[in-house]
Amino acid sequence: MPAGSPSSTRSPFSDTESPAVGVKLENLCKSFGDFVVLKDVSFAVEPSEIFVLMGPSGSGKSVLLKHIVGLETPTSGRVLVDNHDAADPVTREHVRMALVFQAGALFSSLSVYDNLALYLREHRVASESAIREKVERALQILSLDKTGEKFPSELSGGMRKRVAIARALVMEPQLMLYDEPTSELDPVMSATISEIIATLKDEYRVTSIVVSHDRDLALNIADRVGILMDGELIHVGPPSELHTPKDPRIADFLNPKVDLKNPRFKKLAT
Amino acid sequence: MKQINAVLEGFGSTVLLLVRALSYVGTLPRQWHRFIEHCYLIGYTTLPIVAILSFFIGSVLALQAGYSMENFGAKQFIGTLVGLSMARELGPVMVAILLAGRVGSAITAELASMKVYQEVDALETMNIPPARMLVLPRLAAVLVMMPVLAIIGDLVGWYGGALISNYTHTIAIGPEAYFSALRRFTKFTDVMNGLMKAELFGFGIVLVCCSIGLNTRGGPREIGASVTRAVVTSLILILVLDYFVTKILT
Repeated sequence: MPAGSPSSTRSPFSDTESPAVGVKLENLCKSFGDFVVLKDVSFAVEPSEIFVLMGPSGSGKSVLLKHIVGLETPTSGRVLVDNHDAADPVTREHVRMALVFQAGALFSSLSVYDNLALYLREHRVASESAIREKVERALQILSLDKTGEKFPSELSGGMRKRVAIARALVMEPQLMLYDEPTSELDPVMSATISEIIATLKDEYRVTSIVVSHDRDLALNIADRVGILMDGELIHVGPPSELHTPKDPRIADFLNPKVDLKNPRFKKLAT
Repeated sequence: MKQINAVLEGFGSTVLLLVRALSYVGTLPRQWHRFIEHCYLIGYTTLPIVAILSFFIGSVLALQAGYSMENFGAKQFIGTLVGLSMARELGPVMVAILLAGRVGSAITAELASMKVYQEVDALETMNIPPARMLVLPRLAAVLVMMPVLAIIGDLVGWYGGALISNYTHTIAIGPEAYFSALRRFTKFTDVMNGLMKAELFGFGIVLVCCSIGLNTRGGPREIGASVTRAVVTSLILILVLDYFVTKILT
C-alpha cells in the first residue's frame, strides 16, 4: 500500500496529494423528449473506490456517466461531485475529473504527445519542460514510451485506449470515469486495461467509476458493482454477490445461455 | 412552426457562441500559433482561387461592357465600370462566396466531426472551452485575412479587365486610358466600403460555420448534412447582408 492518507489522491508525477472525492446521485431522472433514459437513479460512490456500473446496451450507462462529468443536465434530481452540483460548469474548476471515452476521443489532428500535453498547456499549469516530464512519465506508466510522435490514426484500438487513459492521467484527476474501457478489445488487452484501472486506484487512490458490460472486469477490480437495466438501478453490491445473483434478470445478463431453439432476437421482434 | 423554431434556435446559439468566443479575447495572444495556422488556411490557401476567379470576373466584365458600351460610344469608361463593380460589389461578394465554399465548408466538416467523435466533449471535460480554442482564433484570422483577400481580388480583377480591354481588338482600350478612367471614378471610399463588406461577410461566414459544426448531433452522416447547411446558410447570409450593408453605405 503506498504511503499517504487513504482519503487523498496521490499525484503520479510528484509527492503532492489532493483530497479524494466522492460522487452522489440523488433521484436522477433523464428524458430525451418522451423517451425516458434514467428513472430515479440514486447511489453513492465513496472516495478512492472503484464502482463498476454494468448493464445491457442502451440501458443508460453512458448517459449517466455524462451527467457525472457535467456533459448532460438532469431532467430532475441531481448529481453531486464532492458536494458540488455536477451540472454547474464551475464544478469542473473545483474537482479535476477525467473521462476516458469509449472510442478514446483523441484529437486526431494532434500527435499522442500533444494530446497529452493539451490540458497542461491550456491551463498553463507547468512549464514546457515540466510538461514534457509529465507527459513522458504518463506514457511510461501506460507502457507507451515510443508512441509520443505518432498520430491517433496510427495506433491500434488497445493503444488508443491506453493513450486516452494517459491523457486523463496527466490531468492528475481526483475522479476518473471510464466509458466501456474494454469494448472492442481482445481478452488480453481487456485484462491489461482492467489492470491499469486497478493500479491507478491502488497507487494513486483515484476514485473511479467504470461503465462496462465486461463481467471479468467487474468481478476482478470493482469494489462495488451497480446494475442498470432500462434506466433503473436494480442492484448495488460487492462483486461477490454477482457469483450467485438472486434476481433472474441479473443472472440472465451475466450468464446468458445460447438457446438456438428459442432465440432471443425472435422474442425481441415480437 | 418547427422550422421557425429551428432557425431561431440556430440564431440564438450562434449569438451565444459569439458572446462566448469574445469573452476569451484576452487569451488570443497565447493562441498566436493557432491564429497563424488559421491565417494560413483562410488566407494563403484561398489566394490562388481568389486570384483566378477575380481575374476572369474582371475580364468578363470588361468584355461584356466593351460590347455593350460601344453602342453608346462610352468604351473609354470600361475602366470605371470594372473598377467600381469590383471594388464595391463583385470583389467582396465573390471572395465571400469562395470563402463559404472553400473555408466555411472545411471549418464545419472539421468541427462537426470533432463533435460527432466526442473530441468536443473531451475538451469540455478538460475544462477547455471550445469557443476559446476552436472559434476565437478562426474569427480573429478571418478578420485579418478577409480584407487582404478582397483587395487582392480587386487588384487582379482590375488588371484582368485591363488585359482584356487592351488585347481584344473590338475594344482596344490601352492600359493608360483604362486605368485613368478607373482612377477618376473609383474613390478610396468605394474600396473601403468593399473591404468593410468583405470583413462583415467573412466574420459572418466563419461564425455561422463554427456554430453549425459545433451543434452537429448524430453520426457521420450528419457531418455532410451540416456542411451543406453551413454553405447554404452562408450564401444566404452573404446576399442578405450585402443588401442591407449596401443600403446603409449608399
